[in-house]
Amino acid sequence: MQKEEVIETINRLLIEEFEIEEDQLQPEENLMETLEIDSLDLVDLVVVIEKNFGFKVVPEEMVDVETLQDFYDFVAVRTR
Amino acid sequence: MNRVVITGIGIYSCLGKTVEEVKTSLRRGKSGIVFDPERKEIGFRSALTGWVERPQLKGVLKRRDRIGLAEEGEYAYVATVEALENAGMDMDFLANREVGILYGNDSSAKAVIEASEIIKEKKDTTMLGSASVFQSMNSTITMNLATIFKLKGVNFTISGACASGSHSIGMGYFLIKHGLQEQIICGGAQEINAFSMASFDGLSAFSTREAEPEKASRPFDSSRDGLVPSGGGATVILESLDSAKKRGANILCEVIGYGFSSNGDHISVPNVEGPVRALQMCLKDAELEPTKIDYINAHATSTPVGDMNEAKAIDQVFGSHKPYVTSTKSMTGHECWMAGSSEVIYSIIMMQDSFVAPNINLENPDEEAAELNIPSETVAADLNVFLSNSFGFGGTNASLIIKKYSGD
Repeated sequence: MQKEEVIETINRLLIEEFEIEEDQLQPEENLMETLEIDSLDLVDLVVVIEKNFGFKVVPEEMVDVETLQDFYDFVAVRTR
Repeated sequence: MNRVVITGIGIYSCLGKTVEEVKTSLRRGKSGIVFDPERKEIGFRSALTGWVERPQLKGVLKRRDRIGLAEEGEYAYVATVEALENAGMDMDFLANREVGILYGNDSSAKAVIEASEIIKEKKDTTMLGSASVFQSMNSTITMNLATIFKLKGVNFTISGACASGSHSIGMGYFLIKHGLQEQIICGGAQEINAFSMASFDGLSAFSTREAEPEKASRPFDSSRDGLVPSGGGATVILESLDSAKKRGANILCEVIGYGFSSNGDHISVPNVEGPVRALQMCLKDAELEPTKIDYINAHATSTPVGDMNEAKAIDQVFGSHKPYVTSTKSMTGHECWMAGSSEVIYSIIMMQDSFVAPNINLENPDEEAAELNIPSETVAADLNVFLSNSFGFGGTNASLIIKKYSGD
C-alpha cells in the first residue's frame, strides 16, 4: 500500500470511527495527549487496523507510537 | 426517617418517546405491539413484540460515553435525560452532590451474543474492541450512566427479573428514607432485540395471536394465551422531601410504601401467597388500610396462571373494597426488567391527569378477574394513592405505594 493511501485511510478512520476533527489531524500531534486516544481507544485502533489494513497487532507493539506521524509510519512499514 | 418524593420522570417506550407522548397513548388506550418478521425468520414461535426505534446518540454523546451503551443503555440514557430535566437537575447539580443511581436490569444478551460470535470467528479477544465489556455486563446501565452523568453516590444494578425496576425504586426509597442518600436516579430498562427474548420464546410463554398484534396482550381476559415481550427505558428521580423543598423542586408525588417477598416455590409459575405477603408488607409500611388505595397497576402479563393468581391475591387483600385495577401491559406488552419503573411512571401520569388508562382487550374477564374492578375503557378518576405490583422469575415480588403530594 502506498504511503499516501495509508495516510488517507488512517485519517478517514480517525474522523469516522474516533470522531476526531479533520483539522486536528496534523502529523506532529500526540495521539494520547492532543488527540485523546487513551488505552481503551488503543484496543479499538488494533481492531480497525486489522479490518482495514489486514494485519494483526498486539497493543504492546505500539508503545513507541507517540505522534500521528509515528502511527502513519508504523502502519506503512507493516503494509509494505 | 426522611419522607421520599419523586421529582422527575422520563420514559422511552413503545407508547411514546416522552412523558407527553406516553400520556396521549395511555388516554387513548393505544397498543405498542407489532409483528416483527425477523423473529419468524430465525425460528421464533411468536413474532410479536413491543417496538420503539433506537435513539440516535451519535453527535449527542461523546464517542467514549456512547459506545459502552448497549441497546437498553441507550433507552435508559434518553429516559434519564428527560427525568433529570423534569427534576431540574443539571450537570452542575450532579457534579456538586452525591447523587446515586440504582437501576433495574437483568440482561444484556445482544452484546454477549455478538461478542461470542466475534470470538469464534476471529479467535482473538482484542477484536472484541474496547466497548464490549461495558455493554455486556449486567451492570451496563449503572456503570455507563454513572460515568456519563458524573454521579458520586450509590451506584449499582438491581437484578430481580421482571421486578427489577420496582425493586430499584424500593431500594432507592429505603436508602433515602434512612438518610443514606439525598437523591437517587432509579429506573429500569429492557432490550427489545430478538436474541434477548429467544430463550423466553422457547418456553412457549408468548402469545401467538400474530394476526392481531394489538389484541395479543390481553391481561385478565379469558382468551389470553401468553405475554408479549417489550422494552425501553424508564427513569424516576427519588429525593428526600427536605432536599426537594430546599431547592424548590416540583414535587410530583411521594413514595410511601415498599413491600417485597419471595414465593419459595416454582421458578417460573407464580403463586398467590407470595404476592399477598408483598402487598400486606407494602400496606403496613405505608401505614394504610387497603381501602385507601384508589388504583392498582397490576403486574398481570397476559399469561393464564399469572393473571389468575394475581387476581386472587388482590381479591384476598382488598376484598370488598374494589379499587380500579388495570394492567398497562395490555398496551405495552411486558417490559420485563423495565416494567416496575415504567408502570410507576404510567400510574403517576394517570394520577397527575386524573384518569385510569384502560385494560385494553378485556372482553371476557375470567372468573377471578370478574371479582375485580377492571375498566376496559379510559375512566376519569381522582387518584390519590396507587399501588404498583411487579413479580418475576424465581418468585421475586415487589409492591410500591405512591401518593399524591399534598404539600403538607
